[in-house]
Amino acid sequence: MQIRALLPTVIAIVAQMVGQVSAQGQAPARGNAPGVNPANPAGAGRGRGSGAALDRQPPSDPAQVERGKALYGVRCTFCHGADARGGESGPNLVRSGIILNDVRGESITPVVQNGRPNAGMPAFDLSVAQIADIAAFLHTFRAVGRDPARNAPPNILVGDAKAGQAYFNAKCGACHSVTGDLKGLGSKVADPRTLQQTWLMPGGGRGGSTVTKVTPKTVTVTISPTQKFEGRLERIDDFTVTLEEADGSSRTFIREGSTPQVEVHDPLRPHKDLLPVYTDKDIHNVTAYLATIR
Amino acid sequence: MKHIKELLFVTAVVLASEMVTGQALDPADLLKPLSDSWPTYSGDYSGKRYSALSQINQSNIKSLELVWTSRITAGMNNAGGGRGGFGGGNATPTIIGGEGTGELNESGPNSRSSRVVSSILEVNGKLYFSTPDNAWAADARDGHILWHFVWKTKGGTHTGNRGLGMWGNRLYLETPDNYLVCLDATTGKEHWHKMLAPLAQQYFSTNSPIVIGNHVLVGLGNDLDSPAFLTAYDPETGEIQWRWYATPQDSSDPALKTWANLTAAKFGGGHMWIPGSYDPETHLYIVGTGNPTPAYTSKSRGEGDNLYTCTLVAINVDTGKLVWYFQTSPHDTHDWDSTQTPVLVDAPFNGRQRKLVVTATRNGFFYTLDRVTGEHLVTGKFSPTANWDLGVDSRGEPVRNPAKDFDIAGALVSPTNAGATNWMPPTFSPDAGLFYVTTEDSYSMYYLTNTDPRGSMGLGGKEEQAAGSLGTFLTALDYKTGKVAWRHQYPEAGAWGGTNVGHALLSTAGKLLMGGDPGGNLVAYDPATGAILWHVHLGDVSNPPQTYLLDGKQYILIAAVDSLYAFALN
Repeated sequence: MQIRALLPTVIAIVAQMVGQVSAQGQAPARGNAPGVNPANPAGAGRGRGSGAALDRQPPSDPAQVERGKALYGVRCTFCHGADARGGESGPNLVRSGIILNDVRGESITPVVQNGRPNAGMPAFDLSVAQIADIAAFLHTFRAVGRDPARNAPPNILVGDAKAGQAYFNAKCGACHSVTGDLKGLGSKVADPRTLQQTWLMPGGGRGGSTVTKVTPKTVTVTISPTQKFEGRLERIDDFTVTLEEADGSSRTFIREGSTPQVEVHDPLRPHKDLLPVYTDKDIHNVTAYLATIR
Repeated sequence: MKHIKELLFVTAVVLASEMVTGQALDPADLLKPLSDSWPTYSGDYSGKRYSALSQINQSNIKSLELVWTSRITAGMNNAGGGRGGFGGGNATPTIIGGEGTGELNESGPNSRSSRVVSSILEVNGKLYFSTPDNAWAADARDGHILWHFVWKTKGGTHTGNRGLGMWGNRLYLETPDNYLVCLDATTGKEHWHKMLAPLAQQYFSTNSPIVIGNHVLVGLGNDLDSPAFLTAYDPETGEIQWRWYATPQDSSDPALKTWANLTAAKFGGGHMWIPGSYDPETHLYIVGTGNPTPAYTSKSRGEGDNLYTCTLVAINVDTGKLVWYFQTSPHDTHDWDSTQTPVLVDAPFNGRQRKLVVTATRNGFFYTLDRVTGEHLVTGKFSPTANWDLGVDSRGEPVRNPAKDFDIAGALVSPTNAGATNWMPPTFSPDAGLFYVTTEDSYSMYYLTNTDPRGSMGLGGKEEQAAGSLGTFLTALDYKTGKVAWRHQYPEAGAWGGTNVGHALLSTAGKLLMGGDPGGNLVAYDPATGAILWHVHLGDVSNPPQTYLLDGKQYILIAAVDSLYAFALN
C-alpha cells in the first residue's frame, strides 16, 4: 500500500466532495464516504480506494434491497456467508471483480443462471429481476478493509498486573510514581489501549491521551564559554536551530558543522531508549498494572 | 484493418520526421549511462541515479546558484489557458482529456495534484513531468511552461504520480482512475488513452510507465485484494502485448503451493507501483512487487511464502515470462511492499567483476544478488531496530516472527507501516562503491481488531499506533557486506516532513551525493563520508533531485511542492 500520505488526501477529497455537494445543492451521491449519505447509514459506499469515484450503481431502492436480502438469505447465504464475505464453500463476494464491476445485476446474472460447475457452484433458476434484487443487496456492502470490528476492538487487558508492578518499579520508578505524577492514571485514561499508548510514548505518536503533560524538548546553544542560550526547542536541522527563551522571545542560530555547540535535551529519551528493550509481555503487564491505578 | 495499417504508416512517418527535427527521444539514448539528458524515470535503466556529469563538483559546489524557478497550477481552474487579464506573457495552452466530469479534479496548494513527486524527463532541452491527473512540458533553460494537460478524473486514490514515460515524440501518463494516456510531446495533445483496470475494483495508478524498446511497461496499485499485474502495451497503438500476474491465477502455476488455495492466490496482491530497472544484455526487467493481501490478517493466505508478493522478480521484456525471483519479505504481514527501485551495479564481488542487483526494502533488509541468475549473495539489516524477524534462512531470506504480526493486546514492532525505507529512489555511486538510501528506525504498536477467522480484506483487521521514532537517517551501505558504511542522522527528526516517506537521492561523478532532508533543505554531501558540502532551504523538497547538461551548462533540478528550481554555476 502506498501509505500515510494517502489518508489526508482521502479526507481532503471527501471534504471537497462534501463541499461540492452542498454548494450545488444536490443530494449526496452514493458511497462518497462513510457517513456522508444520511439515507444509507449502513454504508453503501464503495470503499476507500475508490472513495472519490463516481458511483456506477444507481441509488438503491430500499424495497429492492429488502427483496434481494431475503432472496440472498434463502439461496446464497449458505455458501457465501450472511455478510457476503465468504463461507465454508463459497468465496468472498464483496471483493469479487464481477460484483464490483456490476451495475444492476447484468454481470452477476450469467454466473448465477449458469453456475460454475468447475468451481462447485450450481446453476440457479432465478429470474433476471430477482438477480437484480440480489445485486442491489450486494451493492450495499462496503468493499473496504476497515471493518466495523475496528471500532470495537477486543479487550486488550490481558497482562499480569503484579508482574507489571514489578517491571514498573524497576524501569519506571526512577522518574515516575503512581502516588505522585501518575496518581489516578487508570481513571484519567479509562480506555486501556489509549492508556497503553500514553505510557509508551506520552504526547508522542498517535493514539495516546493528552491527559499526561509532556515537558517539551529544550536546547542549549553555546556560542562561547561566556555566551549561552537556552530554551524550548522550536526547530532544528543541520543548518539552523531555533529556540524560545523563557521570556517568549525566539532566537535562530546558523549552524556550521559543530559551531555553535548545540545540545538537545529530550525528556522522552528514557521512553525511547526502552522501545528496543520491552517484550510485548512487559508492555501488556505494565498496562494491566497502570489500569489499576485509580 | 486497412485503416490500422494506414495509421501505423502515418505514425511511423510522423515519428521519423520528428526524429529528424530533433524533437523526439532517440531510442538509443535510453541505453546510455546517465549523462546529459534524463529520458526515463531513473535517468537510465540501471536505477543507479548516478550521473557522469562533473561540471558541478566538490570544488565548486559552494558557487552553485539558482538560475530559474517555475510554478505549476494544477487542476481544472487553469483550464482554458493562462490567467488572462494582466496582459503579461502568453497564455499556456491547456489541453483537456479524460472521461470524468472535471468536478473531482483537485487544485489548490494542498492538493496532491499540486505536489510534484515525479521524476522529470529532460529530453532535447525540454522537461516533462506530472502530478495526479496533470502533465506539463517546460523549457529546460528557464522553466517556462510550454503546455499543461489535465485529465478529468473519475476518481481513485490521488496519492501521487511518479512520472512520464517517453517513446519517440510520445509521452505516457498513468492516471489515478486507471488510464494510460498517450500524449504528443510537442503539443500535449492526446493521441489515445486505454483503460488499464476497472476503478470499481479499487485499482489506482500512480506509477511512471517505463519504455523499453517497443514496450510500455505499466504497473498499478490497489488496496483491496484485486489481482496485481504488470502489462506491456504497444507504444503506437496501446494494444496489450503481454501481462504478468504477481500471484497464481490458475492451478497450473507452481507458485500456487505457497498459498492456501487458488482463491487466496488470485486475491493475493503484489502490485508493482514503482518502476523497476532493466538490463539490456539479458532483456530482464527487474522489479519489486508489493505486499500480499489481505495485508495483515494473513491466515486466509495459508502458512506459505505467498509468491510472488514482496519479491524481486526478473521478467523477460520480450515474452513477459518470469526468469528468476528472490523473495525479500516472505509471507509479509505488515504491508511492507518491496516496491523499492532495484539498482543494477557492475562491480567487484569476492575478487571478480559481477553483474549485480541491490535493493534496500521497506522491511529493513538489504540484498545483493546476481542479476543474471538471481543467485543470492548478501543479506544485511540496515535498520538496527527491525524486530519482526527470527533471523535469515539458508536462502538468505528473513524468517518472520509470527508473534510480531500483531496481537489483540498490541505487538511492538519496528519498523512502522511506513517502513524502514519506502518508495523514494536510492542511488549508487561507483566512485565510492556505496549504496545510499534514506531510512528510519521507528516503532508502532500493531493491534489485531478483527477476530473473524476469515480475516479482513485489503488493509483491514488491524490498528497501528505510532510508538516513537529513534531517528531518521541518510544511510550508506556496502553492497559487498550488506553492512552500514556510515549514516548521517537528521537532527531530532522524528518524521520526514512533507514527503512522509524519506527522500530521493542522486549521486554524480562530481563526487556529490544530493537529497532533500526533513528540514526542507536540498543538501549536497560527500559520498565517501557524508560530510555536508552545500545546502539550500526550499521548504519541502518533494521529488527526486536530478541533473542534466544543456548548452554546456550542468543544471541541478529539484521540485518543492508546486515549484521547480534549477541551479547551476554562473
